[in-house]
Amino acid sequence: MSKELLEIRDLYVNAGEKQILQGINLKINKGEIHVIMGPNGSGKTTTANAILNNPEYKKEKGQILFEGENITNSKTDEIARKGIFMSFQLPEEIPGISVTNFLKYAKNKVTGKPVKIFEFKEELKKYMEELSMNSKNMERSLNVGFSGGEKKKNEILQMLVLNPKLAILDETDSGLDVDAIRTVSKGIEMFKNENNAILIITHNTKILHSLKVDYVHVLVNGKIVTTGSQELAKDIEENGYSKYKK
Amino acid sequence: MKKTELNEINRNIYDIKNKDEYDFKIKKGLTPEIIKEISIQKNDPDWMRDFRLKALEVYNKLELPSWGPDLSELNMDEIATYVRPKSKLNNSWDEVPEDIKNTFDKLGIPEAEKTSLAGVGAQYDSEVVYHSMKEDLIKQGVIYTDMETAVREYPDLVKEHFMKCVPVNDHKFVALHGAVWSGGSFVYVPKGVKVEIPLQSYFRLNSPESGQFEHTLIIVEENASLHFIEGCSAPKYNKVNLHAGCVELYVKDGAYLRYSTIENWSKNMLNLNTKKAIVGKNAQVDWVSGSFGSKISMLYPMSILNGVGAKTEFTGISFAGKGQNLDNGFKVVHNAPNTSSVVNAKSISKNGGKCTYRSLVRINEMAKNSKSSVSCESLMLDDFSVSDTIPVNDIRTDEVEFSHEAKIGKISDKTIFYLMSRGISEEDAKAMIVRGFAYPISKELPVEYAVEMNNLINLELEGAIG
Repeated sequence: MSKELLEIRDLYVNAGEKQILQGINLKINKGEIHVIMGPNGSGKTTTANAILNNPEYKKEKGQILFEGENITNSKTDEIARKGIFMSFQLPEEIPGISVTNFLKYAKNKVTGKPVKIFEFKEELKKYMEELSMNSKNMERSLNVGFSGGEKKKNEILQMLVLNPKLAILDETDSGLDVDAIRTVSKGIEMFKNENNAILIITHNTKILHSLKVDYVHVLVNGKIVTTGSQELAKDIEENGYSKYKK
Repeated sequence: MKKTELNEINRNIYDIKNKDEYDFKIKKGLTPEIIKEISIQKNDPDWMRDFRLKALEVYNKLELPSWGPDLSELNMDEIATYVRPKSKLNNSWDEVPEDIKNTFDKLGIPEAEKTSLAGVGAQYDSEVVYHSMKEDLIKQGVIYTDMETAVREYPDLVKEHFMKCVPVNDHKFVALHGAVWSGGSFVYVPKGVKVEIPLQSYFRLNSPESGQFEHTLIIVEENASLHFIEGCSAPKYNKVNLHAGCVELYVKDGAYLRYSTIENWSKNMLNLNTKKAIVGKNAQVDWVSGSFGSKISMLYPMSILNGVGAKTEFTGISFAGKGQNLDNGFKVVHNAPNTSSVVNAKSISKNGGKCTYRSLVRINEMAKNSKSSVSCESLMLDDFSVSDTIPVNDIRTDEVEFSHEAKIGKISDKTIFYLMSRGISEEDAKAMIVRGFAYPISKELPVEYAVEMNNLINLELEGAIG
């Protein structure tokens, strides 16, 4: 079995008229944690959205392969069912659909198997406890009236329940206090195993303190300008991006 | 993003057409002779015949409403206002003719009667063909019968209340109703009696180019309570059918009435229905309303809060598809101190359908310390459907708490993307959003209707592309 999960080949992506990504190349293998860092506007969120094929972003050139299969133009829901998950920077609010019902439905779609309600609720409860979430949130409408921190934890909860092969975490740490960041890191630790992979997208380095990452990529003006180990993140934390901006 | 469609309401069950068989069908049109003939056919007492003829005079004097949807396609010369089915009133389903019974079977009425209702009335075209109520309610003095029986057997009660809450000169179609009314239900709940399980009347119009004009009169005496459910449907014909029913509710001091409706008329129906409640001291009327069918609907239930501390809540949803113009809303008049009203109205329009929320909140000078809170939300599923909000707020005292909130929106592509990123197809994502939008209303409906409503909006969350 190949260890390779995701491969991005020479990807160019536009948002509206604006060219954002200008030739991205990236390989992610099972068991790895990758980080994409970069200043605001460098194309980090665009990268995440392009992998999930958000129709708001137009691919001009390049390919995305997942487990060797070309998913460049696959529909978002098909990509999700193949095993890619994205934690949103700004999760949407869905009134009238409870967290439980939503996740049960999504899990059924992703696994293609019926979900046993009792077992499922127990699993949900366990994860919510681990993530220090109020179990009353289970019956609340999805993300409606949730605080910023609750929304982010709810994304991590979804990741744990849906158990994808590749989890993309888009700015999951932004706007969180120290305790919430610790909880989110704990969720990531719980999820991580040698058969899956994580792509963390962030513009700061706080979340990296409690996680062991394999690769750090620096994205500037739609290109990966350098790739390194965890040391690279430390360097950026101290010195910023200025030396990578031309 | 590719536009997908929520399916039109699945009408298979509702569109079952029985052969237009009847015992008697009145000539089309409206003349004093036709009214007299209806009166003879119905065996009216003299006072009712005279009442009908006076109502016809009022009808002829009144103009069509100058506001709201265009009703010019309605030609009363083309409508038969009285169609007697070939069935008498029965109290056993076995005695109801086969094809009529089958229709109600498919609508699930006899089944619901067994499992979740304390009494059932079923009207087919102009006459009630079935009426029955549980024994223990009869013993407690509850009356639940068709309107004709009430006119005969409880003349004093009927005379005192019939078209007193909704007077014939209210508007043109109320006058029409007064002239040609037939069928409907009469409910009387004596002082202090709590009817714990709902009563339900179902109105089915089968005959083409005809009208249904049922009259519902409910009296809930002091400190009594009742939940009444009304269902309506008709198969689709090419020509216009008319529904101009009238509902009068008397909720006496300390009493409680919940009035739930699912209107699922066919899309050739003009639904010009009038409903009003008079609410006494510390009494409460709650309206729950789902409006799905009809070509044009003008429906504005009204609560008149006459007693100190009277309350009302309105919870309603309208769903307009192609070619439908649903002009629905709610009216409330606060006539006493410490009264309160809460309105939660939603509408969904798709495929060029039009939903309008039209409302009146009037708080009169004597209604000190009253509260009114109105919230209406509309969801449009595409770029060519229409949604409108026309509230009239007439507040005549400063000592009130009043709030009005209106939101009109579309399903955002961002929300759809979010749901799709969880493995949910675009169609299912839309259905999920719509179902969530309707949830605050559907949870107020009786369970079997909530299920029906979800089916109606065809939110088939199961069986999607795997």
